[in-house]
Amino acid sequence: MPLFPPRWRLVAIGLALLSLPIAAGLIWLILSGLFDRVHGLLPIGSPTLQNWRFLWEGIGGRPPVYVPLLNTAVFAVLVAAVEVIIASMAAYAISRMSFPGRAAYLGLVLVLHAFPAVSLIIAIFYILRILGLFDTLIGVILVKASLELPLGIWLMKGFFDYLSWEMEMAALVDGMSRWTVFWRVAFPLVRPGLLALGTFALLSAWGEFILPFTLIVSSQRAMMATYLQSFLTEAFADYGVAAAVGLFYALPVLVLFILGQRYLLNIYGGGVKG
Amino acid sequence: MKGIPVRLQGLSKSFGKVVALKALDLDVRAGELVAFLGPSGCGKTTTLLMVAGIYMPTEGEIWFAERRVEHLHPRDRDVGMVFQSYALYPHLTLFDNIAFPLRLKKTAERETRQKVHQTAELLGIAHVIDRRPAAVSGGQQQRAALARALVKEPQVLLLDEPLSNLDAQIRIQARAEIRRLQQELGVTSILVTHDQAEALAMADRVAAFSVGELQQFASPDELYTRPANAFVAGFVGHPPMNLLKGTFEDGHFAANGVRLPLRTTATGAGILGVRPEDMRLGGELPARVLVVEPLGREALVTLDAGGVGVKVLIADDRRPAVGSNVGVGYDPDRLHLFNAEGRRL
Repeated sequence: MPLFPPRWRLVAIGLALLSLPIAAGLIWLILSGLFDRVHGLLPIGSPTLQNWRFLWEGIGGRPPVYVPLLNTAVFAVLVAAVEVIIASMAAYAISRMSFPGRAAYLGLVLVLHAFPAVSLIIAIFYILRILGLFDTLIGVILVKASLELPLGIWLMKGFFDYLSWEMEMAALVDGMSRWTVFWRVAFPLVRPGLLALGTFALLSAWGEFILPFTLIVSSQRAMMATYLQSFLTEAFADYGVAAAVGLFYALPVLVLFILGQRYLLNIYGGGVKG
Repeated sequence: MKGIPVRLQGLSKSFGKVVALKALDLDVRAGELVAFLGPSGCGKTTTLLMVAGIYMPTEGEIWFAERRVEHLHPRDRDVGMVFQSYALYPHLTLFDNIAFPLRLKKTAERETRQKVHQTAELLGIAHVIDRRPAAVSGGQQQRAALARALVKEPQVLLLDEPLSNLDAQIRIQARAEIRRLQQELGVTSILVTHDQAEALAMADRVAAFSVGELQQFASPDELYTRPANAFVAGFVGHPPMNLLKGTFEDGHFAANGVRLPLRTTATGAGILGVRPEDMRLGGELPARVLVVEPLGREALVTLDAGGVGVKVLIADDRRPAVGSNVGVGYDPDRLHLFNAEGRRL
């Protein structure tokens, strides 16, 4: 008996055809990064490391690559941390307590999640200017984290809703305060949710472009996304270098995704419950 | 461990517009085990959670001896509690689970170890104490939950359906064991259950609840022999009491086509109750056999007596044939008479 029935083979072929453009893009990216020039998908000349010179020198007055790399790492980690902590506390309160306006608040959070963030960008720009946070890492971190919070809150609420109430009651009777019950009983028990949300937030912040592009101007505070973009806006864009930077930029994501996909699947595998 | 009296006074609880408990007055004596009995949604668990301090009462007072506690945080009340799901911490061993309340109280590690081992010994789980909850049986989990509640030597022990997740056989064993332990330790206890057999077997006194109201608070014997109203009469006892709606008139009870002579002066609409075990086959009232259910030692026979359905408990070796005509009789001294509102006459 064949491993896949014929019907499945057709499906596989269909899927492969659909994925072709993406695969072509990836192949182009890899080839462009490794060769001097590429025609279509055909490399010209011999392999070269010339495109990777951004690793050891600043190109065209840009800071060395480790500056945007570090900025992006700090940005992504802090966004994830802020989001996980605030979302889980908010979600716990929503899941466990009844307070006036709870339903309205839940609805509002959902609306915020559906709101296109780009439409807020000018208002955010002004607010950051007034607060003195324009062109600072803290500013973008706060903006990014707040824009992602609605999703995080709903996600974590789903995880908390699944926790047994009795466990927390037992902890209260055993002598814990409400606060320690949250930190020492509920919080550890939603670990899968925290890891999923954390990974999700990390990936999303790592790939963020619009916010650093509009809210950060100094090259010393550039992020990988804007650093990469700067190679494409020159009069004679060097696609070889851009491809190499792109590959370099994607590597950590790939690693993180391989490590974190188990938790990411959790989000869709049963975390969310109204 | 010393028992203390617990007093509930005018205790009420509402969730929004839903009234879960209406003005409950109840005294639990020192060292007594009181069972809260009733169907789900009757207010018994709500009451227990208010005693534990999980819920704040909407109105009323809770007294532990001379201490008024309804405004206190659970940890300041000195209660131990066992939950239906046991609520053991899944990531901790049984030892750490039982030690948990002591460690929160910053008990010295040596004393903690000693007390945990002592309690585990008492409950017969010393040999599995290093395992996690998932690696031991349901009965052992239940004992671990009990050990965790008892290890801090609480003034009041609260048991919320502690046996309903156990297999029937272990349940009967566990209920005797909890009772023995409770009497040995003399700790004042409240047991919430929907199982009347459990309440009758374990409790000194039983508080029967229905729709947020206390129906009767009495010893198991009294609850069984003198139910205060038709609800208690129908809820306590297995198989349940026959409750017939009809009219009392000049020394008779009339329901459908049946007229039974009674020694009563009651008149008007009412309910006549008679337990299946207080009835017998071979009486003067003609009836037809509808169903026969063998129960082992006995059999439960459902009869149609002149349009009135009644159940009779008989010795198993005298089962009548289904569809046959029999006579049915009853013990006139063991009738329960209720008025139209269900109150005992």
